[in-house]
Amino acid sequence: MVAFLLRRLLSSLLVLFFAVSLTFLLTRSLPGGPFDKEKATSAQVQENLERQYKLKGTLWEQYTAYLNDLVHLDFRVSTKYRNWRVAEILGQKMPTSIKLGGVAFIIASVLGVFIGALAAMRRDSMVDWTAMFGAIVAISIPSFITGPFLIAVFALWLGWLPVGGWGTMSHLILPACCLAAPYVAYVARLMRNSLLDVLKSDFLRTAKAKGLTESQALVKHAMKVAILPVVTYLGPLAAHLLTGSMIVESVFNISGAGSIFVNAIQNRDAFLLCGAVVIYCTLLIVFNLIVDLLYSVLDKRIQLHA
Amino acid sequence: MPDAPKAASISRPGGWEIVRRNRPAMISLIFLAVLVFVAFTVPFFLPESLKATSNATFLPPLSLGPETGLMHLCGTDVNGQDLFYRLLTGAQVSLGVGIIGALISLFIGTSYGMISGYFGGRVDAFMMRAVDMLYAVPRILFIMIFIAAFDSVFKDWLDGARLWAQEKQWQSLEEAARYLIPYSKILVMILSLGLVEWLTMARIIRGQVLVLREMTFVTASRAMGQNGWTILRKHLLPNLSTIILTYLTLTIPAVILDESFLSFLGLGIEDPASSWGSLLKDGAQVINPFESKWWLLAFPALLMSLSLLALNFLGDGLRDAFDPKSSD
Repeated sequence: MVAFLLRRLLSSLLVLFFAVSLTFLLTRSLPGGPFDKEKATSAQVQENLERQYKLKGTLWEQYTAYLNDLVHLDFRVSTKYRNWRVAEILGQKMPTSIKLGGVAFIIASVLGVFIGALAAMRRDSMVDWTAMFGAIVAISIPSFITGPFLIAVFALWLGWLPVGGWGTMSHLILPACCLAAPYVAYVARLMRNSLLDVLKSDFLRTAKAKGLTESQALVKHAMKVAILPVVTYLGPLAAHLLTGSMIVESVFNISGAGSIFVNAIQNRDAFLLCGAVVIYCTLLIVFNLIVDLLYSVLDKRIQLHA
Repeated sequence: MPDAPKAASISRPGGWEIVRRNRPAMISLIFLAVLVFVAFTVPFFLPESLKATSNATFLPPLSLGPETGLMHLCGTDVNGQDLFYRLLTGAQVSLGVGIIGALISLFIGTSYGMISGYFGGRVDAFMMRAVDMLYAVPRILFIMIFIAAFDSVFKDWLDGARLWAQEKQWQSLEEAARYLIPYSKILVMILSLGLVEWLTMARIIRGQVLVLREMTFVTASRAMGQNGWTILRKHLLPNLSTIILTYLTLTIPAVILDESFLSFLGLGIEDPASSWGSLLKDGAQVINPFESKWWLLAFPALLMSLSLLALNFLGDGLRDAFDPKSSD
């Protein structure tokens, strides 16, 4: 168990190192620099800026110097928002996205598992058919269509919820639903197919033969196994949702972390971008580890080997 | 050399029969065929006065143009252009980017997955580790980086061609280059999205190859002295064709969605070209509670949703028929 965790941690650090390296090197080799303005600046000004932001020398020198700072947990200063440290920017934007993404994650997992299980139990019924049709619709329609549509209906027409912004619980409902919709559908489909497989299996027949009722067998035995593929999917999903969605945040006028990736590339802000990548990868690693641990709890047959 | 035998477990006889009996998939197929046909023919037959910008801005649907007297089926936009015409040219771009981008990712993913799965061992472990690592980097990051890298390259290249033609007095080439410059972004989008979307494809293909390579007909051809590349090309590829077709159908909507996402944010297709994403962006900009220009948002949204829905229905139908094991 401990050996497994250590090994996982080591390979995770490798992934993190790879992702940050790739991001930094690619961003720094793109055409255009972080200090380019519409008006040309003199060579001396450029040089001073580069020295101030530790971007002097060859790409390799910049890269090793940056890695050295990262190891010491120094995320440096953003080259775009000059008075802000990357850690400060992330610290300010992340909580909003984590809150929104967290609510969306709960909606997606709970509602998805529920709908999927219901569809599997009533296989080929109207319920199943409606749920799976709805799932394809939810997967197909992008959030920049559902977002304005939800606003038009629930905010402008019915007037129940605010159009956008951030603050109270009511501000959370529409963006969280909009963000969660396609993932509810993915989870529901995964859950349905997985539960259908389990319902066919021998151990469930045995359980019923022993005298368990349909619902007892389902709750005690089938769900535990059927949920495993869903749990695998939920790990990366959590990391993805918690780091924010650019579309949903811009449609609902929320100032979260979703736009960091795109804006940082546009501004060639390598430090901010790498900082965001570090957060994303760390979340991914942590959630994948949680998935592994949950696996061994849910299914006793699985042992964590080093 | 006889044709590669079909492995029974991969493409069961009657796979196509299952698709044919799947009503949503067949309706989707017909819808898509009609859409592609209309999008690539009708715009060429519309009168020029309808296509051009005019001062008849924001006409509601089904109204007549004051100067031309022509019917605007879906109304006009901020520049007085006919929305129906823009929807169809937008469909050309969106579908074109989707199909060609998906083909590029299909090519990369299939080659990668086949090599990884067939050669196995350390090669496989290394190649799949690389895919895992690429999965760990947010996709949008790669797409943006590729766009930034290719964008200036293509524009410079076209501009270079234009100048070169100017020097050589080649009127037609110069005009062609001048005409293409605003559209270079489409090429950039196709390449960038194609280079990013192949990871899932590589994993699926590898999984299939792992099963196939243990089959007796592969052992037989190896015993006959065929080398790995020939086996891959002649024996494995034919057996993978339905899986490839299935995931091609499912990758197209993913690429279209990515393209529209970027265009919606103003990072993708640029005027005068349009795609469904850029039309939706234009539509969303003029929406306000006081004066509803609903058609600018409703028609692109409807057409795009229906197309993505059809592609997903068709892809799901194919997957149910040819890849019964996969379950997500």
